[in-house]
Amino acid sequence: MTGPLLEVRELRVDFPTRHGALRALDGVSFDIAAGEILGIVGESGAGKSLTGAAIIGLLEPPGRVSGGQVLLEGQRIDDLPREAMRLVRGRRIGAIFQDPLTSLNPLHTIGHQLVETLRTHLPLDAARARERAVELLRQAGLPAPEARLAQYPHEFSGGMRQRVVIALALAAEPRLIIADEPTTALDVAVQAQIIRLLRGVTQAHGASVMLITHDMGVIAETCDRVAVMYAGRIVEIGPVDEVIHRPAHPYTAGLMAAVPTLDGELARLAQIAGALPDLDAIPPGCAFHPRCPKASPRCTEERPELALVQRTRAACWWPIVEGMPG
Amino acid sequence: MSESRAPAPERAVTAGTVVVEARGLTKSYALRRPLAERLLRRDGPRAIAAVQDVSFAIARGRTLALVGESGCGKTTLARMMVGLETPTGGRACVEGLDVHATLAGPADAARALRRRMQMVFQDPFASLDPRWRIGDIVAEPLLEQGLILPAQAGERVAALLASVGLAGADVHRFPHQFSGGQRQRISIARAIATGPAFLVCDEPTSSLDVSVQAQVLNLLADLQRERALTMLFISHNLAVVRYVADDVGVMYLGRLVELAPRGELFGAPRHPYTRMLLAAVPDARGTRRERAPVQGEVSDPLAPPPGCAFHPRCPHANERCRVERPELRDSGGVRVACHAVEEGRL
Repeated sequence: MTGPLLEVRELRVDFPTRHGALRALDGVSFDIAAGEILGIVGESGAGKSLTGAAIIGLLEPPGRVSGGQVLLEGQRIDDLPREAMRLVRGRRIGAIFQDPLTSLNPLHTIGHQLVETLRTHLPLDAARARERAVELLRQAGLPAPEARLAQYPHEFSGGMRQRVVIALALAAEPRLIIADEPTTALDVAVQAQIIRLLRGVTQAHGASVMLITHDMGVIAETCDRVAVMYAGRIVEIGPVDEVIHRPAHPYTAGLMAAVPTLDGELARLAQIAGALPDLDAIPPGCAFHPRCPKASPRCTEERPELALVQRTRAACWWPIVEGMPG
Repeated sequence: MSESRAPAPERAVTAGTVVVEARGLTKSYALRRPLAERLLRRDGPRAIAAVQDVSFAIARGRTLALVGESGCGKTTLARMMVGLETPTGGRACVEGLDVHATLAGPADAARALRRRMQMVFQDPFASLDPRWRIGDIVAEPLLEQGLILPAQAGERVAALLASVGLAGADVHRFPHQFSGGQRQRISIARAIATGPAFLVCDEPTSSLDVSVQAQVLNLLADLQRERALTMLFISHNLAVVRYVADDVGVMYLGRLVELAPRGELFGAPRHPYTRMLLAAVPDARGTRRERAPVQGEVSDPLAPPPGCAFHPRCPHANERCRVERPELRDSGGVRVACHAVEEGRL
């Protein structure tokens, strides 16, 4: 058994401003194993989308990676030249974004785009590429794929477009798919179909997935492991069932309790006081301490690192331990 | 139309506890097509029916939630209820007054009614004027309505901000200095300023993070209890609706397909579409319950299917469903528009 498919080590992302650099990601580390689905969950501004963008070299300027390493199959990809990185994207890492239209060219038929992508990355002639395009669309659950090859993106509904994007992301048989809020723009009924598809089709292709979302429900239904982010750092990471049912970090616990659900008690929703900090005012020590019911003086001064607590790793001086009084 | 002129809105309410009523409410939009197409087809103007024949009533202090996928007409319906859209058929009534007739009538009555109904919108970044200070934003409806003198504004605004959990010192700040959740609190303070009886909330937490969403939902619940607010709550999120609604209406392509008390809707959903929506909600607690897969997408509202509009996605559809539109009928305290339910096939 070789090492993990993707290794992210102490990743840092800065945004230079007139008043100095804002640190948007501060020492993010995690692995993704071959065939694994890792969820990245967090609220807006936590840095989850930035993590994905930094890995595939698509950070919006002036944001830049200011430290750390990203390794794909043991090879560093964070320091690759632009052209080499472009080949990694598509061939070895596929991307799916929230708005399918950002991934599709409105001026070309989807058949053209699929065939183009296939032939860029794989040694296929036009006829073989076309056959493969039809097969990919069929796997993505598109009815009558042959007929749809000649259609333009605007002729598809939102859900169908996202199916096309999934087909496109899988075209070159990448080892890793980075999916950033792939179902957020879709209606709930369509969302369920896309989640099911994403899970099934990536398994069939043996691809790993990094699934970025704010939706705990999507994470719970899809992922093997989950990383919870807050203010540019991972605060808890572990197997999805453990993180959901036995969270060690007070933020994870608060987040889980605040999610409205279809079952469970109809008591008042648990709420976390306050709001997420702005990047230019991230509290010292543990960034969550102003909102944390368990915060102590140590939390305001010393930053906790990820450490094993029962079956997850949490960055907290006072983690929630099962069987211990809160 | 005499009732629309009634000077004291409170009067009509004494007849019953119903504060808000929709009666056969309908909204269709005419579609303009290119001239050539109109000449060639010769089939006259076409219309898109955003809302069709929707009726419901909400009692004082209660919340009706409307759910459905995008394009089902729930926002159009909400806007008609407070007079922001004019119905092409049917009536919206608040405290016994026909909303549109009253707003089009004498200025005094229109103004009195406006004070009694308010709306909170989805996007707190778009609904607050960025050039106004918070104090002015919240005081504006009070001054515009002539409910207070400018000298009294400071005190009233401070009280309103306190009631939504904001500090008095916030009056001097601008919207951009607040987070999304705080902005939605400001919108709510403004909406309750004039002492409305009826509050429409259109996806009030959809753009908020989950930890902040809980704060806003709890705040709305508190305000409703303190002020006996009657609410219409629009949402695409069934789990959120479960926490706020007394009754729930499910809309599909402009029509109500099920209207039920909360317990019935979540405990024993009748309409196949309601069941499908419930099955589609991702399960955050990770119970891994097995659910029926969801089929298809909403049909094109420009060419709605004949018969029951849901039939192309419905696992229980038969020939009757394809040709005959089901009416909303009572079925043990629940109203459902479904042949399969009516025939006992489901």
